[in-house]
Formats: sequence, C-alpha cells, structure tokens
Amino acid sequence: MSRTLLRAEVFLRRLLLRPRLDLPLLAALLLLAALGLFFLASAADLSWRTIGGQALRFVIGFAVLYTIARVPPAQFRRWTPPLYATSLLLLLLVLVHGEGSGADRWLNLGVVRFQPSELLKLTMPMMVAWYLARRPLPPSWRDTGAVLLLIALPAVLIAKQPDLGTALLVVMAGAFALFLSGLSLRRIGLMFAVLLALLPVAWHHMHDYQRERVLTLLNPESDPLGTGWHIIQSEIAVGSGGVLGKGFMQGTQAQLQFLPEHTTDFILAVVGEEFGLAAVLLLLALYLFIIGRSLWIASNARDTYARLLGGALALSFFVYVLVNGGMISGLLPVVGVPLPLVSYGGTSAVSLLAGFGVLMSIHAHRKFMK
Amino acid sequence: MKRTARVPLRNDGEEQRRFARRAWASFALIVLALAGLSARFFWLQVVRHAEFVTRANDNSIHVRFLAPPRGMIFDRDGVVLAENVPAYRLEVIPDQVHDMDAMLARLATVVPLSPDDLSRFRQALQEHHRFQGVPLRNRLSEDEIARFAINRWRFPGVEVEPYLRRYYPLGALTAAVVGYVGSIDAREAERLQGTPWADMNQIGKTGIEREYEKRLRGTPGYELVEVNADQRPVRVLERVPPRPGENLYLTLDMHLQKAAYAGLRGRAGAALAVDPRNGQVLALVSSPSYDPNLFVGGISESNYKTLLDDPHHPLLNRVTDGVYLPGSTVKPFLAVAGLELGLRTPQYTVDSVGEWHIPGVAGRGYRDDVQGGVGVVDLAQAIEMSVNTYFYKLAYDMGIDRLSAFMAKFGFGRPTGIDLPHEASGVLPSRAWKQATQKRPWYLGDTVITGIGQGYWQVTPLQLANALSTLADFGRPQRLHLLLATQDGAGAPIVPPPPPPAQAPVIAHRADWDAVMQGMVRVVNGTRGTARGLDVGFPYRIAGKTGTAEIYSRTSHLWDNGLSTQELALRHRALFIGFTPASDPRVAGVAVLERAAWGGRDAAPIVRDMFDAWARQRHLPDIQLPGDVLPAYAPLSLPPGQTLPAVPPATALPHSGSVLSRPAAVTSTPP
Repeated sequence: MSRTLLRAEVFLRRLLLRPRLDLPLLAALLLLAALGLFFLASAADLSWRTIGGQALRFVIGFAVLYTIARVPPAQFRRWTPPLYATSLLLLLLVLVHGEGSGADRWLNLGVVRFQPSELLKLTMPMMVAWYLARRPLPPSWRDTGAVLLLIALPAVLIAKQPDLGTALLVVMAGAFALFLSGLSLRRIGLMFAVLLALLPVAWHHMHDYQRERVLTLLNPESDPLGTGWHIIQSEIAVGSGGVLGKGFMQGTQAQLQFLPEHTTDFILAVVGEEFGLAAVLLLLALYLFIIGRSLWIASNARDTYARLLGGALALSFFVYVLVNGGMISGLLPVVGVPLPLVSYGGTSAVSLLAGFGVLMSIHAHRKFMK
Repeated sequence: MKRTARVPLRNDGEEQRRFARRAWASFALIVLALAGLSARFFWLQVVRHAEFVTRANDNSIHVRFLAPPRGMIFDRDGVVLAENVPAYRLEVIPDQVHDMDAMLARLATVVPLSPDDLSRFRQALQEHHRFQGVPLRNRLSEDEIARFAINRWRFPGVEVEPYLRRYYPLGALTAAVVGYVGSIDAREAERLQGTPWADMNQIGKTGIEREYEKRLRGTPGYELVEVNADQRPVRVLERVPPRPGENLYLTLDMHLQKAAYAGLRGRAGAALAVDPRNGQVLALVSSPSYDPNLFVGGISESNYKTLLDDPHHPLLNRVTDGVYLPGSTVKPFLAVAGLELGLRTPQYTVDSVGEWHIPGVAGRGYRDDVQGGVGVVDLAQAIEMSVNTYFYKLAYDMGIDRLSAFMAKFGFGRPTGIDLPHEASGVLPSRAWKQATQKRPWYLGDTVITGIGQGYWQVTPLQLANALSTLADFGRPQRLHLLLATQDGAGAPIVPPPPPPAQAPVIAHRADWDAVMQGMVRVVNGTRGTARGLDVGFPYRIAGKTGTAEIYSRTSHLWDNGLSTQELALRHRALFIGFTPASDPRVAGVAVLERAAWGGRDAAPIVRDMFDAWARQRHLPDIQLPGDVLPAYAPLSLPPGQTLPAVPPATALPHSGSVLSRPAAVTSTPP
C-alpha cells in the first residue's frame, strides 16, 4: 500500500518537475486554446459534439507536447534522418495508395487517419537543421544546394497529391531554417530572382488544364461556393462586427450561414463579427507573444541544431497566422490554412502542439547561462 | 566568411550571434506584418464599420444547397433496381417559429403528423442550425399539399419543399444486394462535416448503396438567391447545378433473381447464382427479405420493431452473414484435394458397411447415412450417393493440415472480397484455429467429421458459391463481384471496372476435375444420386452435390429411418450446389434452407429454378429485354471509355458433349 503511494508520489514529482516547461509559453498556449474553444462554441452554435471533439484534440495535443518536451533535442537530432525518411515513405505510400481516387491525402492507420504531409511540417525543419548543424555556417553553395534538394523532394511529393498549399508551407518551414543559418542575403536575393525568372517559363510550358489545376490547387478543399463570395461575406462579417462585436452567437453572418467553413478556416471572421476588433487584437497579441517567446527560446538553445529547428518552427507558426488573417481580411487569396489552435478539426492542433513540445524541450535543455 | 568555409572548426558563439541577428530581424518583420494586419482589421471594423453594418443588414442573398440526384442502379439488362422519384415534404425553419409545440399541434390538424414524424423531427432539430430547414413530414400527398397551401399563412417558417426520394421498384426482391439509403446518423454527419455533402440527409446504409456510396452520391450544387424581407426568394443570381452520381450496372439478372426468390418461397435460407468464368453474381437472395423502401427517409419505429422482432430475422443477409455447416457439399472439394494430393485415384474403392472406425480405435464409429452401408464404391459413386465412409477415410488419410490448407485455396474460412459492405469469415477448422479459439488440441475424430462438412466447419452461402465457382471454372478462382459497369451521367459511356487480379489455379490436372465432375453429374442423373431427376427436361447436363447438415449433435444411437420429413426438417439444414452445362460450366448455383429435411429434395429445386431461368433467358428468344446493351455472360475486357456492343442473343455452346438435348431455339436467331 505504502509502496504504491510512494511510487505514485515519485511519479507525480517526475511528472511536474522533470521537463522544465517554459511557463510563460505554456500559459500563452493554454490561454489561446481556451479562447479558441470559447470562439468555437460561439461559431458552432453551441454544438457540443464540435466543442467536445476540439477539446479532446487539445487534451491529446497537450499530452503530446508534454511527452515530447521530456525528450532532449539531442535525441531528436539522432532520430531526424529516420523520421524524415519515414515521412517521405508515408508520402509515397499515400501517392500509391490514393492513386486514381484523386486528392486522397489521408492515410488510414486503423485507429487514426492522418495526413503525412502534416508530419513534414515538423520533420522538414528538423532535417534541414540536422544537415546544416553538421556543416560550417553560413552554408556554402554546395550545402545550400543539398538543403534545397532536401526541401524539394517532399515538396514535389506533396504537390503531386495534389496539395500545393501544404507543399508551400512545408517548403517555407525548411527555407526558414536555411535563412536562420545565416545564408547571405545576396544569395537569397539571387535565388529568388532565379525562381521568379523560372516561374513564367514553367507556366508557359504547362497545358491549359494544368494551369487550371494549379489555380485550383492553390485553393484546396475548394468549397463549392466560390472564393469571391467567401471573401465578400468574410469582409462583411468582420466589418459589421465593429470594435466590440455583436455578442456570443449573435453574428448574423456566421449564424445565417453566409459564411461556410465558419468553424474551420473562416473562424476568425466569426471572431471578428461576434467579438469585434478587441478580440482580433487580443488574438494577434497572443500570437505575437508566442512567436516572440519561441524565437527567444530558440536563440538560447544549446546548439545549432536546436536553434535552427526552434527558429524555423516559430517562423512557420507566424506564417499560418499571417496567411489565415490575410485571407479573412481580404488581403490574401483563399488558401486552406486554418487559424492555429482556434480553427476546428483536423490534425493541425495536435501537430502544432507537437511543434511546441519540441520548443519546450529545447528550452528545458537550453544552454546554462547566467 | 571565407575563413569559416575553409576551416571546418565551428564557432558557436559567432553562429549564435548570427542566429540572434536573423531572429531579431524576423521578429521585427513579424511585428510589422501583424501591425499591418491589425491595421487592416481596424480599417474594416472601425473606419468602414457603418458601411458593413448596412451591408450585413441588407444581406439579401442566400445560398441554397442543391442536392445531387443519386446515381441509379440497374441490373445487367437495364432493369431499374434503384431510382429517384420526385416527392414533396414539409420543412420547418426553427428560427422563424416562436412556439414550436403550439405550431406543431396546429399543423397536425391540417396535415397528419405521426408520432414517428414528430420524434424524428425533434431529433433532427438538435442537429440542424436554427436557420436551416428541418424536414418534418416526408411524402406529402397532393391532397395534403393542397390543404397546407390554403393554410400556409398560419404557419410562418413552414414550407413545402420538393425533393427526390429513393425508390426501389423491386422492393424485397433485391434488398439483400442493393440495400437502402437512410437518414445520416451522428457519426456519419461528423465524417461528412466540412465536405460539400454536409447538407445531405440521406446516405447508403447497406448493400450496394453503401459499398458504392461515393460513386452514387454525386456532387452538390448551389444557388445564390436574392430574398425579400420575408426571406422569400425573389430571383436566382447564380446557379451551379449539382452533378448527379454515377449510374451502376450490376451483374444481377432479374430472371434468375426472381427464380431464386420464388423458389425460396419466403422460407429462411439463401440462394445465389454466379457465372464461374468471371465471378459475376447473377442472383443473390436472402430469405425472408424485407421492403427496403420502408427505410428511405427514416423507418418508423413500429415497422423497425416488427422487422427486428421477426423470429426469421429478415434484416440478416444470410448470403453474406449467415454461417452454416456445409455438410456433404464439401465432398467434391475434398475429392479434388484427394486426387490433386495423389491420395486417391478415381478407381480407388472403399467398402461402406454403415459405420467406419479410425484404424486401431474401438468404440463408437462414424456413420453412413444408410444403415448397413451401400457396399463398395469408387470416387464417382461416393459423390453420387454421398457416402460418408469414403470421405471419413479420405479426411483421415489426408490429415487436417493438408485438408485445411487445400480448402483454404477454395476460399473457405475468409471473406470472399465481394463488393458488399460486410461478410462473415466463416470457419475453416485447423489445428491453429482450434487451439486459438477452443483452447483444446485437435483430435483425430475432428478430422474425420471435417471430411463430411460437420464439426467446426462453418461457411456462408457466399463462400460456398465462391468455392463452387472456382471448382466449376476448372479450379480457376475468380473474385465474386456485383458491379458490372458504371456510367458517369446519362448518355455517358458505360465503363466496366478494372478486372480483379488473377489468382493461382487450384486444380493442376484436368483429369482430376473430370473425375469429380463425373461424380457430381451422377448426383443428378445417376440411379442412386441424391438429387436424381433434377435435370429432367433441362437442356444441359447438371453437375451438383447435395448437403444435409445436422444442426444438433446426436443424442442417441437411433437411426433416422422412422422420422417424418417434418421432424427431420427441425434438425436439418438442406443445401445444394450445382453448375451447368457440366463440362463447360456457365452458371453455378447455391441454395441453403435453414429448416428443411434433405438437400436434394428441398434445396436442389431452387437451384434448378435458377438454371431454368438462365436457360430461358440466355438461350431462348422469348424473354429478350429491351436495352440489352451489356454482353450476356462474356467476361468484360473492353478498353475503358468504349461502349459495349449489343450481344448476340443466342450462343451455341462449343462442348456438345455435355448437351443432353439441345432445343431447336438455341441455334435459331430471334427477331
């Protein structure tokens, strides 16, 4: 009896003390999740199935975060090449498996269905960081070329699924690690210039149906209601919300279903309509804090690998916020990117929290300073 | 810069500083970007706020979801098995009703509302948005529509809406194959959430309707409608029409289907017919059946209870999910195994004396059907008279491991892979299986009774048909399937699905097949055959095998001689398997009756009925259906995108040897 109690105590101590989580970041994430659930409750017309499902995802997500935080970055580093190879393999599997049935990006593992492309959002910066951490920095042309190859391989596979939106996000996650490694701005500029020069050439060589496909690929999960309609309704929703919003479940745009996808990709429009500019600014401030804190954690990391990985994850997180916010406010085209930790569904909440688990681990095993 | 490139030594401090510089630069950019985003929201929400408030209030454009017509389902000749018929229903928009209970009470005086309607409505009410129409009463009659129309002003928020209702014209006849659609339940709704189909309320629940749900359902369209202050549509601004689901052509032939259904006469059992050359299922009936139309739009509680409480379990698909002792129907398969494994020759004989003992084991023996036995028999006679002794000894000589391995090649003990949403695996007994499930070792006696299809062996009628089809096609397994072709929209080409992968043949020597087939022919036309006389008046030779499995274990040593057929029917299951023409099999049939005395007497006539329908349909000109665009029983091997040619109505069979008496009509050409 007392033995079990003792064991329980030891277990609890370990649970609470072992990974020294970064409390400000954890608090910000928990606050964001709580706000997200509240906004979702309003957007989903108090559907308990939706709210419960999202709450469950958060529980799983934070459990994953906690588990990953216990693993030292050196361990990740060791596991990076096999993890990267596995995600490539899964991507290939999806390509072979989903053949013929079109945009089948899901892999059914019996218990869970998940998109391997989601995995790449984590393993891609890991791989780039792993490679660059072994080379002298800033990277030489040869190393830059190798990294670009590492980025292009999965990107092409994802683009073939076809999911150009996710492919671009994955490319960015890898490119951020390259940028943070100190690749000279002149070279970055040169590469962009080459890329821009190549784009019209590629476009020119495409068939009409391919171009059309590329255009629709930019808008995956393309809703049947047309993108222009979406943007207009989204702007009306946000604009009519004013400073303080129309109140809990009072948004006519959202509740009258002018806004399809109002619990998923377009939830920020509901937030803007029902809770006003105040809520939008609160969310943006929270995101800014999370991104800043993550960058700070990355700068204090023990080694180059952890530094590049943490930094790339922080910058990727920012991209999701920017792309989604830009889409809702009509600044950017409609791309199927959810608002991190607020939008309902999918595996994104879990994979994002897994990324923060990596950051927590980097923090827990940071360089000892003072 | 150049120095670091040449010297592989790392300068961590320098790297960290460089990282920090980049991170700070990024952060500054991020602050700038988020500030820009905030400014944009400020612009929309503060500066242009008034303008958007007006636009929101004037938002007079509604999106209307347009349900796609579900694909039709036809049999191989174009007979409609599932279609969509226009109907009208009452829909309620909850937000526009102030007192729901009072409104429903008043409405009930105008249009009758059953308790089922109300409970279903209240259920749906919880799952719908309050601005969405919730179906209240389906299938309004014209009279009801008229009565509601004059009273409409009393019921704001209640509308008569047209919809397409799924209808199965042949009802119970095809229920086991086609299945039905029903209301989407919570789990299915969750799965559809976020897809264009989220607004649909019907989904395939069983059978083909479920298996090919994705092909059948199509893609929804939408309509942007301008509405006035009362939310009434004024004009349509934009319309994207829905895309209908694909039409499916099934391999079924309604002539055989009807024959099987009629032959079963509502008794508990199953019957199916397949084309062994390509695995096409021509008939598939589970009996008793039910009317699938009851389920469309939600089945009433009383109807559902009646179906569930029926002691004969009409909702159970006995073909795919009924498991039965195969009894003597396994004997031809064991005979094939004996010959192929080199344990038997067709000439090898066994003396049946009424009882057989495991060599060296005294005590209770294993019985023949006939007291005193039937004397010395060879392979063909053993099949003809279903001599247990012969197969006890064969199973004993073979041993359970080889027996089990060979029977697995015929597909016993695992799903056949037919294109239906569910099928049972049955049981193919083996040492490993018994150890795993019964926690007891395998006994020699288990092997002996496995030889006559008793003991642990369990098959579904579908597995039996699968094994029979493999046997009939000279040992070549073909995956049984129901989908013949698909058509993406009216007028589009009819395209066969890709053929299933070829599988390794089971029988290596044609002579072995001939020997077993000879025995099976004698079952039907031998003087002592257990189904003798079955082919009287039939144009081709039939090869078959009866099975009579005992449901209960014997409790006494008495023989059944004195029992009446009624008494026997309570303890027997009757089975029959057969194919025809015997030496060039083109159709194979299986019939199982749960309560019947003898396989030959009770089950075999059902198979004969199916064969008669087959012979009439495919070889006599009198029943040629219009629209016979699909080839009769030829395997489909057209390049995709090509339409199928009309079929020559009567095909002469190349193997004249098996034809007993060919009717003149076979070679004549119909008009």
